Amino acid sequence: MPRFLLRRFAAAIVLVWLVATVTFALVSLAPGDAAAGLADPRVAPEVRERFRRDFGLDRPWPARYLTWLAGAARGDLGVSWVHHRPVAAVLADAVPATALLAGLGLLLEIAGGLALALVQLRRPHGRADRALTALSLVAYALPAFVVALLLQYLFAYRFRLLPPSHTLSPGGELLTGLPRLLDQLRHLVLPVAAIALTGAGAVARYLRGSLLDERGQLYVLAARARGCSERRALWAHALPNALLPLVTMVGLSLPFLISGSLVIEVIFAWPGMGQTMVAAALARDLPLLMGGTLLATLAVVAGNALADLAYALVDPRVRL
Amino acid sequence: MSAPRTPPRLVTGAATLAVLALAVLLGPLLAGDPAAIVDPPAAGLLPPLARRTVVELRDGSTLAGETARRADGRWLVERRGGQRVVAEADVAAVSERRFWLGTDNLGRDQLARLLTGGRVSLAIGAVALTLALLVGTAAGLAAGWRGGAVDAVLMRLADGLLAVPILFLLILLAALFRPSPAALVAVLGLTSWMDVARLVRGQVLTLKEREFVLAARAIGASDLRIAVVHLLPNLAAPLAQGAALRLGDLILAEAALSFLGLGVQPPLASWGAMVAHGQEFFPAAWWLTFPAGAAVVTAVIGAALLADGVGEAARADLHAAP
Repeated sequence: MPRFLLRRFAAAIVLVWLVATVTFALVSLAPGDAAAGLADPRVAPEVRERFRRDFGLDRPWPARYLTWLAGAARGDLGVSWVHHRPVAAVLADAVPATALLAGLGLLLEIAGGLALALVQLRRPHGRADRALTALSLVAYALPAFVVALLLQYLFAYRFRLLPPSHTLSPGGELLTGLPRLLDQLRHLVLPVAAIALTGAGAVARYLRGSLLDERGQLYVLAARARGCSERRALWAHALPNALLPLVTMVGLSLPFLISGSLVIEVIFAWPGMGQTMVAAALARDLPLLMGGTLLATLAVVAGNALADLAYALVDPRVRL
Repeated sequence: MSAPRTPPRLVTGAATLAVLALAVLLGPLLAGDPAAIVDPPAAGLLPPLARRTVVELRDGSTLAGETARRADGRWLVERRGGQRVVAEADVAAVSERRFWLGTDNLGRDQLARLLTGGRVSLAIGAVALTLALLVGTAAGLAAGWRGGAVDAVLMRLADGLLAVPILFLLILLAALFRPSPAALVAVLGLTSWMDVARLVRGQVLTLKEREFVLAARAIGASDLRIAVVHLLPNLAAPLAQGAALRLGDLILAEAALSFLGLGVQPPLASWGAMVAHGQEFFPAAWWLTFPAGAAVVTAVIGAALLADGVGEAARADLHAAP
């Protein structure tokens, strides 16, 4: 186990270094001036020069590369060109919002997918099973932004049940205690539902397959032979084994979860990583873009490593 | 041995994609000019199925009226914003037009825009897929066949790219390279070859030990010949399934990027860009958003069904093989 952890840690560091290098190379090699945001001819040359000096763009690339790496290793990702604040601080403001949205979305997506799969398995290949199989394929193929817009249209604008966007109602900053919490929860419903709806299809498709496989295994038959009820055989014997690969699946789906919530954040004006990154891209705020990409990579690498570790913990057959 | 039955999903998926492809190839020829601006004050933001009489004037502008009638050498056009009277000599053509999917703020016909936008969406998806398949197959063949350092470098590179949330990478690239369709294709293709490479590498590793490959090596066939003549035909089935899956992902990725304003730029429109444009008039003019969204969904479902079907057919083939 310690050897595995060490190897895994080393590999993760190499990977993050690689991504840091590639993002730096992309940004440095991209055609045109890095300060192209100031390409407006009305910007005075002195201002342009000062900008280049202030942000260290006048130094040769090896020096800039080393500064970037050394800084990133210490958690210093430079200064955002747009916010005029440290990139790390801008990201630190955005991360909790994304973590909340993506985390809740993930939980609901697994719960929903599991519920669907269990309903389908009451009578495999029956009518309900086939209908839900088709439904989960559609859910799986639905792009996040279409689902999000549809939910927003129906529940916020058409039926006016829920707020269309943002984390608080106008004036909600003045609320405290329970009313504030309720207001926040109401704003969470639509974006979380959008994530869960698109993800649950994939989870259901996957779990249905693995549950069907597990149910055909001899140990389930043995449990039935010992007088175990069909329900118990499914819940206590087949389900834990069918859930195992889900651990890996969750780990692997982290990048998609972060990317998926990106579009949803933009639609629901949710002040998370996605919105920050898109705004940075539109404004060509390169330090923020580089920092955000690195942070997202770090999150994904850590998530994958944790998933492997968790797999070993829940499945004693796996030795690391 | 009877021929295995073609899975219905394969047929449905392929048919869906074929219908979409035909619609976007032939549709624009019938649906008129998607860029034609029709009298924005009177024909802007018309809901689906709206009908207008369009009077084209000799100076190139247009008038769109609920009705238009001719009376003693003049045309009287009843339109939103009041009646307009034009001399018959100034009128070039008068036609009845039905806007099946409504119009946008400039009076542009949304059906025509949807069909031409589909050309952009599907073409970018298809070309990026070809690029991803070429790069992925080449990398997978090289890694699997050569092994050693080539394998290590290529596969670590693939792992690295897979670990970056792809939309973040795309956003970074889109910010750096002003997004032209060619740049989009390059960026999408070069960020989605990794799965293909892994798939091909895995297949090559097992094929490599098979007798027919060993025999080919024994009689001195070159690496290139073995790759093209012996390996590629055996890779066709898994590649087809991988390709169908990728196609859906690529169409989705383009739609998401264009939706965020980082993909296809106006005046060119793709389905994703149309959804983004519709956001400005959302939710009142819902018809600017949802038909384009539905088109993306249809394409992606078609690709997913095709991928499922190809996988099923490949498995059936395997079981039927002697």
